[in-house]
Amino acid sequence: MEIVYVYVKKRSEFGRQCNFSDRPAELHVDILPDPSLAANFIDRDPCDVPIQCTQEMSEHEVNTERFEYETRGINHMEGGWPKDVNPQEMEQTIRYRKKVEKDENYVNTILQLGSHMEHCIRQNNAIDIYQEYFEEEEGVEETEEQPSAKTINVFRDPNEVKRTATSLSWHPDGSQKLAVAYSSLEFQKVSKDMSYDSYIWDIEVSNKPEMTLKPVSPLVCLEYNPKDSHILVGGSYNGQIAYWDTRKGSQPVEMSTIEHSHRDPVYKVIWLQSKTGTDFFSASTDGQVLWWDIRKMSEPTERLVLDPSKKGKLDQALGAISLEFETTMPTKFMVGTEQGMVVSCNRKAKTPAEKIVCTYSGHHGPIYSLQRNPFFPKNFLTVGDWTARIWSEDIRESSIMWTKYQTAYLSDGCWSPVRPSVFFTVKMDGTLDVWDFLFKQNDPTLSIKVCDEALYSMRVQDNGRFLGCGSELGTTTLLEISSGLCTLQRNEKALATAMFERETKREKILEARHRELRLKERSRSEQSKEDETKETEGEESAEELVARAEREFYEMVEAEMKKREKDEKIEIDQVRNGDKK
Amino acid sequence: MSIQTHKGVIGTIVVNAEGIPIRTTLDNSTTVQYAGLLHQLTMKARSTVRDIDPQNDLTFLRIRSKKHEIMVAPDKEYLLIVIQNPSE
Repeated sequence: MEIVYVYVKKRSEFGRQCNFSDRPAELHVDILPDPSLAANFIDRDPCDVPIQCTQEMSEHEVNTERFEYETRGINHMEGGWPKDVNPQEMEQTIRYRKKVEKDENYVNTILQLGSHMEHCIRQNNAIDIYQEYFEEEEGVEETEEQPSAKTINVFRDPNEVKRTATSLSWHPDGSQKLAVAYSSLEFQKVSKDMSYDSYIWDIEVSNKPEMTLKPVSPLVCLEYNPKDSHILVGGSYNGQIAYWDTRKGSQPVEMSTIEHSHRDPVYKVIWLQSKTGTDFFSASTDGQVLWWDIRKMSEPTERLVLDPSKKGKLDQALGAISLEFETTMPTKFMVGTEQGMVVSCNRKAKTPAEKIVCTYSGHHGPIYSLQRNPFFPKNFLTVGDWTARIWSEDIRESSIMWTKYQTAYLSDGCWSPVRPSVFFTVKMDGTLDVWDFLFKQNDPTLSIKVCDEALYSMRVQDNGRFLGCGSELGTTTLLEISSGLCTLQRNEKALATAMFERETKREKILEARHRELRLKERSRSEQSKEDETKETEGEESAEELVARAEREFYEMVEAEMKKREKDEKIEIDQVRNGDKK
Repeated sequence: MSIQTHKGVIGTIVVNAEGIPIRTTLDNSTTVQYAGLLHQLTMKARSTVRDIDPQNDLTFLRIRSKKHEIMVAPDKEYLLIVIQNPSE
């Protein structure tokens, strides 16, 4: 049945019919130019006008169709036997061989070749051409090679609808495998046919993932268990945590119950150092940090609400986006929040209020990555908004070192596990920056454009040489950096220690100075509370500023006009004097 | 054959122009594999040398690998292949 709406209006209610007619144009107003008004205008000389002259260019892209190939083997079979000889029959082949050997030519040829061959064999035995002559000198190679990085392999999301690669985790032994979590972090952009799968890739095989993990909701973060390389835990978009055993297949072995999980996507999961090797903790933007044990996933073993006022209220809590945990300091951990603050916590505190030890604020946006320096655990790196900052645990007010504001938003970063002064960051314009603050502080030592879309995550392998970056369209790129950036330089540790100490000292002095100034101000303001009523000067309000600006402008214009009048008078006088003469 | 007695020699194979192994000191499957592959490689090497200079010809081919050295002495009708382990 069609739904139809019927409009009803009587013809008599339409009103009188419009009759249009033509008529010639009529002039209504004619305003002629009046030259006397021009005197009210003062020419501005000189004028600043920006112009640009560039060559017009157009951009084109070409990409070939992906070439699918597979490896096949070749089976070698005997061949070449003449038709009457059956290669399987021993007798026939032996007979044939004997016949060939009786050939005169055969004997001569073989003798000749044989002598040639003997010469070469003797040559080989006489001298070892690969002998090391200068083995004692361990090559003091000070070769200042240009730092570089090259792409080794690219792993693309095999699905039609591309999702962002939000988290990467290297396999703990040997790092032959890379687990990548795929999800779409854009609010409500999940289409129906977007697959939920995450993959484990073998780094040498780029056309097909080695294993698929099928969660109930897309995974935002994924981590291998450093103690047991078959176990992975993943935090998903709907707040649940699931863990997989790669020996048991693609389905999660167990998932946490919805009531006890997070209420927002789980942004980070880290394994803890424990005797059983089954503990981990997770953080999410709902403001909670939960501790879990794999063996009992039905509810968390411990819960912490990130409330800076230490009252444990969930609605005042800060959303957590990154976690940090160092196995050498098992009782402390740090949480990076959406609001740009880092909260340092003590796990062993008795009351929830004591759990939050202190906060460090300095970023303008969410802190996407937080990591302690593997060589100097007192210093940690935070990556968020348009900068990367290095902090010292003792200085609460500000970071000790920071990069300048970059052109694009930084989305992830980490320290190099082999060099204490090198760290990596990835940006939303698809570039990877390698920073070495002992070499250059203003700019990254190496900046590479990995891909055209934004990069969302990165992870360095334990040997410091390979790193993987995940992008917005699900492309994971594996890069190898030059050896200069991943071998420990001679004085590096000492220089880095010196630098950190120097910057920490500087910040401490600044902090002390600030405190002094604040104390002085406070004491001054307490004294002069009676004097406040007498002071009318001081800060000008906004209206006063506007009035002042107007006054100054009119004064300038009047001065100019007076000058013009004076000039004209001088001219007229000159003309008169000229006439008189 | 007296070549076999030299130090480091792992095996010797004599192959004719059609790729049939006439004499060998290794097992059958290895022999067949070496014969087939090296025959083709020798043909390719010879044609390469002659492409560059038509008056030139291949006299000897040595392939040094991590584990051992394969030496091939070619002739119009036959091919003598020796596998030696040089660094001892």
